[in-house]
Amino acid sequence: MGVTGNPTSINQGTRTKGGIGESTLRPDGILKVTGEFAYSSDMWHEDMLWGHTLRSTVAHAEIVSIDTSEALATSGVYAVLTYDDLPSTVKNYGLEIQDTPVLAHGKVRHHGEPVALVAADHPETARRAAAKIRIDYRELPVITDEASATAPDAILVHEGRDDHHAGHVPHPNIVHRQPIVRGDADAAAARADVVVSGEYVFGMQDQAFLGPESGLAVPAEDGGVDLYVATQWLHSDLRQIAPVLGLPEDKVRMTLSGVGGAFGGREDLSMQIHACLLALRTGKPVKIVYNRFESFFGHVHRHPAKLWYEHGATRDGKLTHMKCRIVLDGGAYASASPAVVGNASSLSVGPYVIDDVDIEAVALYTNNPPCGAMRGFGAVQACFAYEAQMDRLAAELGMDPVEFRQLNAMEQGTLLPTGQVVDSPAPVAELLRRVKARPLPPERQWEVAGEQADVRALPGGLSNTTHGEGVVRGIGYAVGLKNVGFSEGFDDYSTARVRMEVIAGEPVATVHTAMAEVGQGGVTVHAQIARTELGVAQVTIHPADTRVGSAGSTSASRQTYVTGGAVKHSCEAVREKVLEMGRRKFGTYHPAWATAELLLEGGKVVTDGGEVLADLVDVLEDEAVDIELEWRHRPTEAFDLRTGQGNGHVQYSFAAHRAVVEVDTELGLVKVIELACAQDVGKALNPLSVVGQIQGGTIQGMGIAVMEEIVVDPRTAKVRNPSFTDYLLPTILDTPTIPVDVLELADEHAPYGLRGVGEAPTLSSTPAVLAAIRNATGLELNRTPVRPEHLTGT
Amino acid sequence: MDFLRPASWEEALAAKAEHPTAVPIAGGTDVMVEINFDHRRPEYLLDLNRIGELSEWEVGQENVRLGASVPYSRIMEHLRTELPGLALASHTVASPQIRNRGGVGGNLGTASPAGDAHPALLAAGAEVEAESVRGTRMIPIDAFYTGVKRNALAPDELIRAVHIKKADGPQQFSKVGTRNAMVIAVCAFGLALHPGTRTVRTGIGSAAPTPVRAREAEEFLSAALEEGGFWDSRAIITPSVAKQFAALAAGACNPIDDVRGTASYRRHAVGIMARRTLGWTWESYRGNGRSTEGAA
Repeated sequence: MGVTGNPTSINQGTRTKGGIGESTLRPDGILKVTGEFAYSSDMWHEDMLWGHTLRSTVAHAEIVSIDTSEALATSGVYAVLTYDDLPSTVKNYGLEIQDTPVLAHGKVRHHGEPVALVAADHPETARRAAAKIRIDYRELPVITDEASATAPDAILVHEGRDDHHAGHVPHPNIVHRQPIVRGDADAAAARADVVVSGEYVFGMQDQAFLGPESGLAVPAEDGGVDLYVATQWLHSDLRQIAPVLGLPEDKVRMTLSGVGGAFGGREDLSMQIHACLLALRTGKPVKIVYNRFESFFGHVHRHPAKLWYEHGATRDGKLTHMKCRIVLDGGAYASASPAVVGNASSLSVGPYVIDDVDIEAVALYTNNPPCGAMRGFGAVQACFAYEAQMDRLAAELGMDPVEFRQLNAMEQGTLLPTGQVVDSPAPVAELLRRVKARPLPPERQWEVAGEQADVRALPGGLSNTTHGEGVVRGIGYAVGLKNVGFSEGFDDYSTARVRMEVIAGEPVATVHTAMAEVGQGGVTVHAQIARTELGVAQVTIHPADTRVGSAGSTSASRQTYVTGGAVKHSCEAVREKVLEMGRRKFGTYHPAWATAELLLEGGKVVTDGGEVLADLVDVLEDEAVDIELEWRHRPTEAFDLRTGQGNGHVQYSFAAHRAVVEVDTELGLVKVIELACAQDVGKALNPLSVVGQIQGGTIQGMGIAVMEEIVVDPRTAKVRNPSFTDYLLPTILDTPTIPVDVLELADEHAPYGLRGVGEAPTLSSTPAVLAAIRNATGLELNRTPVRPEHLTGT
Repeated sequence: MDFLRPASWEEALAAKAEHPTAVPIAGGTDVMVEINFDHRRPEYLLDLNRIGELSEWEVGQENVRLGASVPYSRIMEHLRTELPGLALASHTVASPQIRNRGGVGGNLGTASPAGDAHPALLAAGAEVEAESVRGTRMIPIDAFYTGVKRNALAPDELIRAVHIKKADGPQQFSKVGTRNAMVIAVCAFGLALHPGTRTVRTGIGSAAPTPVRAREAEEFLSAALEEGGFWDSRAIITPSVAKQFAALAAGACNPIDDVRGTASYRRHAVGIMARRTLGWTWESYRGNGRSTEGAA
């Protein structure tokens, strides 16, 4: 049992120790495992107050009145704030559409919406005072799905929309709609020998990061505020926070504090503005820490989706056409919904060649919990559906599901439905071949010596529900298509400041970016890049803050590509400057200074033949080279709003999975035995981190296949399971063996040829597990997560 | 909230008599969750952790006297032979950390229908030793659970120990959750064969307002085993008997639909577990035990 698997085909190296391509250890790894790492919730400040957020107990209601008098009169309470106390004319925020009130105004649109804030000298005092705030709600009917959102008499979740999507959506309760039309799907359908259509339902997954939302706001003497917070993108937060506080951006100084996971759930603001408001009002530092219960209301979730797909194929197994309609539930506020729609539609075809398509994706405004970014971002829901379709088509055609996929697999040069050409390696067929070629775990793998059953290897695990009775094995395959980086014309740049100087007789590089380290391993990668480019052993990673330019978001599998690219770019500029200094000082001593390609290695300036020209200590002496530069990947284009045409994405990434499951067909319980993964990463800068990302993504994908789901009551739009008691995450006993096969086929457009890693395995893991359960049970299973009721028909 | 810390059992009883609303706390694995979630704010907490004897057990001729605070991990390690059903149930409780803190006294005090110990106690046969300044009384486990999260304790009483019948035959425990460890029961089933009295006893968890026995199933099976001469012959049980036993066990459920599962699934799953645990215990009785829990 347990996690195994090492990369098997890593082939690119570096000549500097601790440089790219090496499995260097995380500086924060041991601290995190031993409990010594300081997370944002561990911060403390003398004379600090505690903030508390009062949230709506209903999903949709008019606020008739709010009475804060009793709360304000409570001993130990320093401030109680409502909408009326907001200091600026700007009272809303949002990633793309500023539709989210800092505090509810006149109306609440979802269960758990912030209505009032309290600051007190003790968290318990703040909580009790908040409980004394009296809010009179007049409840409104709840909008919970497409039918209720677009009904003729539907209440508008947001009146008077004037955002940039308002003009082209078919109904004001639709946030964004993106069609993609290419070829003639109807005409192509006439060529199909088999047509398969299906409706699929994807449940609401939570990021469930272990470090709840938390931060500390410290008022400053200049009237500004210093905010220490766990987030995914400091500058995006800053852009949203400052206007609401009525402060210029330079008066809001942000520093990243210890982040306990993110997975997309920290792209939106949570307690940032609230803590700043309370700190500025009271003149004291204010800390806010959500507990687990509140955390389920404190961040957006993965969009639940309904997906309708039709595919056709010829008798010889070639896909003819695809039609699909994807309805994502965005909940009460827009968050990242428009971009999720763009992804869902543009990636809905999957990693297959289909010339004739008719695609539509929409996101709804409803009174359900707001949904936004989560690992996989719109591509996850689509992959679950199109991979189910592939299996059904293969079955209709009597073909092997892997061979059928390989026959239709995209490759470098494939034209996507958006008209974009895939212009770097796309080894889809090869990834499938690799997972299929692996030996299978032995049959009846739960049997130990003497025919005894080890229940830990069986469905139900320690709960002792079977010793082999009713257990059937199933095997399933899936492969996915994910974009890397921000898309649709977004200016997706990053900034890095690199400084090189001699400290204590040794050349040292300092890398300063605003990149949020949320566990992805950027801190390791930045040091590796600096060692490789600058030939130094010592690299200091400066804490991430807003004193340096934006690094963009730690999202979309983009940070190693984009901020890694920025670090590389700035290092190259520093290197040029250092070589220039060397030429000035030593150029006359050796002809190679003028002619040869020079490198920095082992603390020295060397020729590419390895001849040492100078020691960096002597080149730099007491001067420091300090350069901050922005770096951009190739620009992308917006998708046409009618046809969906456009070079919308920077890069694509691919992973394939084979799932092996044991299903207790009588009790409907599932044990995933193995989830083998093959993924192309272009270049593994840190192979250990790469495998960790792939295994983590694989498990997160398995979670939504068999257990993870936020359950929302369709009558009240209230969340029924906001706790780890009933929102179940996989434990180590649920975690299968995950052998990983890493390919490194360089993308010539990317730094070092690398390809973003973090999300692709989250896509294919879920449908592979579902396919394996279908294989074991023969059931259709068009919904994820699968519950025992679905497998037993009870 | 006042925190009472009696140094002895007598002091604890006195404190409970003086403050009948005081909530006893030992491992804290249940009470602290309730407090942290703000589901309850008792006026007094009565800390029993200074009373060492509550973490001790004695193995007697007929019974094990299990102190109210003996942690589940101890039951798993030390009482597997005497209390096999309870040891199996203990292994399904939460995580190792929780099993090191929590004990049966807390399960009984909370009396949640989802408490993992209850089906094993019902199946084995047990009495709860309840005590107050007024004296000691033994409450039969069958009379202990009085409603959803309600039990037969008087306001001034504390649970000192549980007297559980030592196994005189094979016992099994099985629990359905939607995760392979650390999960609250969707439903659970305990079964104990009592060859000494030629009876069987059962316990069902999370499938009725209280933990319950499947009495009709027990009576049916006891009679079938007796009439068929199975206790002596140790022959394989007729599939129709196992099937009927399972159907009667499912019929003893009175479950609800909730976020963890549907009522009809619970009924279905209890039937499956009844059939399987009967198969395992009977095979074991026949001398062919073949299951293992694996390491803790």
